[in-house]
Amino acid sequence: MDSREDDGGEPLSRMAEWRDVTPLPQDDGPNPVVPIAYKEEFRETMDYFRAIYKADERSPRALRLTRRAIHLNPGNYTVWHFRRLVLEALNADLDEELDFLQRIANSNSKNYQLWHHRRWVVDRLGANARAKELNLIKKILSIDAKNYHAWSHRQWVLQALGGWEDELDYCQQLLEEDIFNNSAWNQRYFVVTRSPYLGGLKAMRASEVRYTVEAILANPNNECPWRYLQGLYKDDIKALVNDPEISSVCLKPCHEFRDSVVALRTSDTDPLGPDLSMAICDILEHVDSLRASYWIWRKNKLSVAAV
Amino acid sequence: MAELAVDKHVKYILAVEKNKDSFESVVMDPLRMNGAYWGLTALDLLGKLDSVNVDEVISWILKCQHESGGFSGNIGHDPHILYTLSAVQVLALFNKLDVLDIDKVATYITRLQNEDGSFSGDMWGEVDTRFSYIAICCLSILCCLGKINVEKAVSYILSCKNLDGGFGCTPGGESHAGQIFCCVGALALTGSLHYVDKDLLGWWLCERQVKSGGLNGRPEKLPDVCYSWWVLSSLIMIDRVHWIDKEKLVKFILDCQDVENGGISDRPDDAVDVYHTYFGVAGLSLLNYPGLKAIDPAYALPVDVVNRIFFSG
Repeated sequence: MDSREDDGGEPLSRMAEWRDVTPLPQDDGPNPVVPIAYKEEFRETMDYFRAIYKADERSPRALRLTRRAIHLNPGNYTVWHFRRLVLEALNADLDEELDFLQRIANSNSKNYQLWHHRRWVVDRLGANARAKELNLIKKILSIDAKNYHAWSHRQWVLQALGGWEDELDYCQQLLEEDIFNNSAWNQRYFVVTRSPYLGGLKAMRASEVRYTVEAILANPNNECPWRYLQGLYKDDIKALVNDPEISSVCLKPCHEFRDSVVALRTSDTDPLGPDLSMAICDILEHVDSLRASYWIWRKNKLSVAAV
Repeated sequence: MAELAVDKHVKYILAVEKNKDSFESVVMDPLRMNGAYWGLTALDLLGKLDSVNVDEVISWILKCQHESGGFSGNIGHDPHILYTLSAVQVLALFNKLDVLDIDKVATYITRLQNEDGSFSGDMWGEVDTRFSYIAICCLSILCCLGKINVEKAVSYILSCKNLDGGFGCTPGGESHAGQIFCCVGALALTGSLHYVDKDLLGWWLCERQVKSGGLNGRPEKLPDVCYSWWVLSSLIMIDRVHWIDKEKLVKFILDCQDVENGGISDRPDDAVDVYHTYFGVAGLSLLNYPGLKAIDPAYALPVDVVNRIFFSG
């Protein structure tokens, strides 16, 4: 199997197939601002590409040429555009195109052009491509579970083509692997609020609170579940404050602050009273000194609220 | 603490523009318009924009304009909204916006607005809040923001607001500092910052600062100099920059310099590039590092350039 994803790197000028084409060198104008000397193979490929692009030749050899050019510089968006025009003109097999993209996905996992091209292909294939696509994205995420492009693409696939049924389980699995994965928490919220199978945020709230509280207790220094908790009570902060499960989590002394907080706790009357909160802000002003100004502001806000 | 090696960075940027052989040059070729913006804006902030031949740059930029009014990343490439903004920004740096047929550029951009208020990057239809910012910033510089449907543009951006107060690339997309800069910037330029929950977002943004003093772009990720721009400018636009430790951030950026060869990298001891060099210098400017020109956090152009656009003639 040719791992180079092209004709094997043979110079185009020596290939019979390309004999009729005059390659076009780059026109940087009479006084090029930024003349660039390329490696020979790259230069030659792009010279032939320019000729084909200018002639607007949408042929099978043009398709092969764009693949070669993509291999040499996958960031060349003009080549990707032209490839789409050629694929359309040839009514090419888009399943094969998906396979091609899959083979180069790992080394191009953060390439905007690749992901957009995938979306274009999948859009044309429709619901039949869904399973394959969700699977491919899983593969990419198994290497980098926070790949922003992959997540964005996954959200698009779900909304355009469906496949919501297993998504909450998938989020669960990723969070089991890394409870600190903010992307997975974001996806969880996405599924809970948008999946046609789950009944919406209010219906899911109780079970999600339980899940989130468990996550907080396991790792209180994890930013994600704390923010997620707030999100579950979006537009209904009163309910968050009055939920006893939540207040018990917030007050449970976490490892670093255990002694300080225990020393400060007077009794169990009104545990959310201003004094404890302000004392915590004082502590944080020192232990989280990067954000000292923030904690000072928080403390002031509390004293204003208490009045 | 280290100092900013101004002369080395200037030499580095000028060399990148002239470099013939590097792999980086080859890869950068399709997005040379962005590279020009990063390099030239950094030079201007360092007070050395006059090291460059203006006429050559302008002439090359104009060769990148297409019939549609949009600009491509380089000669021989297709137009895209990304390079259209960079082209306009570079022309603004040189006070040469008058070489443009403004209506033509504006038409290119207005045609990219979709029904729901979002913007596509080009005729191929990719949608991303980055493009919302680009459209709004570009038309604002050209003083014709009214040509798009601003209300719908704003409402689309707001539909990308998340539970943490941040913004993603599309509705439901994870909050990411780069996307947040784009959305907050766009809201700032359209007089819509009152829609931002500044305390909530300010807190999310200030939590990006890690122990080393650097900033990351999302929870539990590594710090990167480019976030010194995106997080910092966002904090400034919502008046919450005092919530981070500015001194520690300055130190982090300075530690990312290659003081031997010039240039700045994403984090200490990594390879430098012009992109991170620009963001490092721009971040230092926002932090009032001495000797640098002031930069506008929303337009990402020197303040004197912005003033010239809006307050002269």
